[in-house]
Amino acid sequence: MRILIKLAWRNLFRNHRRTLIMLSAITVGVWAMIFMTAMTQGMVTQMIHDGISVIPGHAQARNPQYGDDPTVNNLLPVPDSEIAGRLEGGGFSSWTTRLSVPAVISSERESRGVTLLGIDPEREADFTFVEIDTIDGRYLESVSDEGVLVGAKLLETLKTKVGNRIVLMSQTPDNDIADRGFRIVGVFSAKVELWEETWVLTGKETLQTMLGVPDQVTQAIVFGDNYRQVDAVSDSLRKAFDDTVSVQRWTELDRYLGTMLEVMDGFTLVWVVVIFLALSFGLVNTLVMAVFERVREIGLMLALGMRPSSILGQIVIESMLLLAIGLALGNVLAWLSVKAFPDGIDISIVAKGMEMMGASSILMLDLRLQDVVLANSVVLILGFLASLSPAWRASRYDPIEAIHKVD
Amino acid sequence: MEITLRLAWRNLWRQPRRTWLTIGAMVFSNVLLVFMISLQFSVYDLMINNSLRAFSGHMQVQAPGYIDDGSMRQTVAEIVPLASELRSDFPDVDIAARATGFVLASSEQRSYGIAVYGVEPAFEPGASSIPGLVTDGRFVESGDEVIIGVVLARNLRVSVGDELTMLGSGRDGSFAAAVLTIVGIFDSGIPDLDRSIAEIPLATFQDVFYMRGSGHHIAINAPSIDAVADYQQRIGAVLPDDLELHDWTALQPGLKQAITADIGSSFFAYAILVILVAFSVLNTGLMSVLERTREFGILMALGIAPGRLGRLVLLETALMGVIGILLGAFLGGLLTGYFGATGFVMPGMEEMAVRFNLPARLYPGISVATLFAGPIVVFLVSILATLYPAFRLNRLQPVEAMRAA
Repeated sequence: MRILIKLAWRNLFRNHRRTLIMLSAITVGVWAMIFMTAMTQGMVTQMIHDGISVIPGHAQARNPQYGDDPTVNNLLPVPDSEIAGRLEGGGFSSWTTRLSVPAVISSERESRGVTLLGIDPEREADFTFVEIDTIDGRYLESVSDEGVLVGAKLLETLKTKVGNRIVLMSQTPDNDIADRGFRIVGVFSAKVELWEETWVLTGKETLQTMLGVPDQVTQAIVFGDNYRQVDAVSDSLRKAFDDTVSVQRWTELDRYLGTMLEVMDGFTLVWVVVIFLALSFGLVNTLVMAVFERVREIGLMLALGMRPSSILGQIVIESMLLLAIGLALGNVLAWLSVKAFPDGIDISIVAKGMEMMGASSILMLDLRLQDVVLANSVVLILGFLASLSPAWRASRYDPIEAIHKVD
Repeated sequence: MEITLRLAWRNLWRQPRRTWLTIGAMVFSNVLLVFMISLQFSVYDLMINNSLRAFSGHMQVQAPGYIDDGSMRQTVAEIVPLASELRSDFPDVDIAARATGFVLASSEQRSYGIAVYGVEPAFEPGASSIPGLVTDGRFVESGDEVIIGVVLARNLRVSVGDELTMLGSGRDGSFAAAVLTIVGIFDSGIPDLDRSIAEIPLATFQDVFYMRGSGHHIAINAPSIDAVADYQQRIGAVLPDDLELHDWTALQPGLKQAITADIGSSFFAYAILVILVAFSVLNTGLMSVLERTREFGILMALGIAPGRLGRLVLLETALMGVIGILLGAFLGGLLTGYFGATGFVMPGMEEMAVRFNLPARLYPGISVATLFAGPIVVFLVSILATLYPAFRLNRLQPVEAMRAA
């Protein structure tokens, strides 16, 4: 075996030009596999991270009707004050409850439709708008805070400013119009402009009083440790309530983001395989040539008593060595290029387009071990299979004919 | 030339397996390129058409600053006469005036904040696809009539014939209210529209919101997306100076940029693919030159110029490239044509498609450009990759070459 590896190694560098070209091809291919994957995964990870930290959480408990009819008519059947007792000790890394209703916001000059969230500011401080840069003013202080927090974009549209009063209109459970004035206490900026236009935040109790639904909320939101594994979290949330409540994971709450995760994982595999196939033509070609120019030599080895399986092994090892070096170089190169952008790649030139996809305009690279392992194993396994055919051919030569072959 | 061509052709088939593997690499990437590029550009066309046809139109006439602020007060005065004037100047273009406000819409049971549009009942069907998508009832004609989206109707728990109350602010900031009768419900398939807009006759809008004859924008649809730039210039020339004309790239910057971002990332992937083919070609070219060192030495000793030998090697690659183009375009065309007929679906595409106003099943279309753009790039890059082995021949010394092992 050792002699075979030695032979393969030396053979590899007999035609160093060809080996170097093939090596460059493998290196570029592997680099592209890993770097491109890091880009797409980075984008998706961030989209999901931002997307679920803002609104859905990892799982939510709601009234079964709320999904189709997200109004104050579809409250959770459990009083807010009782929910805490049910959720504490449920194994959630954090949780909160919200009252979320459609509303119209009006300044002296403009009106817009928004979603009004009554929140518990202390509970939400850790996760709502994770990068909740309150660019101006202050964050909400308590559940009974009577100020509102609006997005920077909405503030601009309403042509008003922090400290001014706005009017919020929504409906009560009896479909009377409930309206009251609020003072804007702070402005937040979000990664996606749409969120700045959509969400208006106030204290939970303030909103409950305004809508006449004391101690009532529309959803309970929980977070686990990992957004990719939310089954345990949603199960224990389900246990905390009875069947009158519907529990949904974020993948169900936001179908787009949920699908995105699967689509991108699938895309990674397709991309890696496509790049490999493009490489494989060159790889097989290189091996075919290497065998072809060594026909006499192989014939001689066979005549001297080397077993065909050793010839086969020798060629396969040669191919695997080539791939291994290419993989090593490609991995290092990909790692270096990911390191070259510690703060992500700024693509704000297409910010609006990224927003349409739900992504932010700074593309963070996410080099995941599992993607690197995937790329490397695809190359090694398929590379092994691709080199079998030329190697098999070489091991089947008739020694006499092979020795007499003239080129 | 004829003899060089024949030589090149024969040389290729001295190593048929190598030649086929090299052509195979070209064909593989060509087929992928043809299919992907066809699919991609069909999708862009659909995205643009569906998004613009639905509502915003190819162009809009607006008051200065309206595009950024969208304020109720940034109005186009005497909008209906202006629209009809444009209509008589440009009879082949669809033109419709509109006004916009935000209101709280209440039915008996529910209230939602929505955008309400005042539209010209006679001309809106040309400018937007919504009137044609009224699945229940009819489009508005005049008076206190309103149509709403199917999701909004469900949320408000109303159907055709029910009343809808709207509360909002008029142009001067005063209180505006109206009680309207729902005459139709539309289903555009675009969740944003179905959930959050209502349309009423423009005259009614102007009354309710104290518009005094003004509106907010005039939507204009050119006969085709390619004609937009031309019409933008011509219409812009006749507009009063205090108005602005924006095309769709300004109206929906997200659309344009989403396409740009997608082109950017996919072209990166294509470039990698082409580079890998180039390595393959380079390898083959170099091998075929090296193994013929003696032969080339003899030819040079016989008086053939190294330049001609270089051309021979380039011609060999060119021949492979041509086969690559033909096979690639043919197979790629077949693949694209197949999906063009049956439709192309990817798992998870439904959710993605809705986001970009696309149907769940895509039918890629073929054009000469999408069929040959990719393969021709592959061809040119292959030639480029062969330059190195071809120029190496210039350094060949006939005597040494003939002695080479």
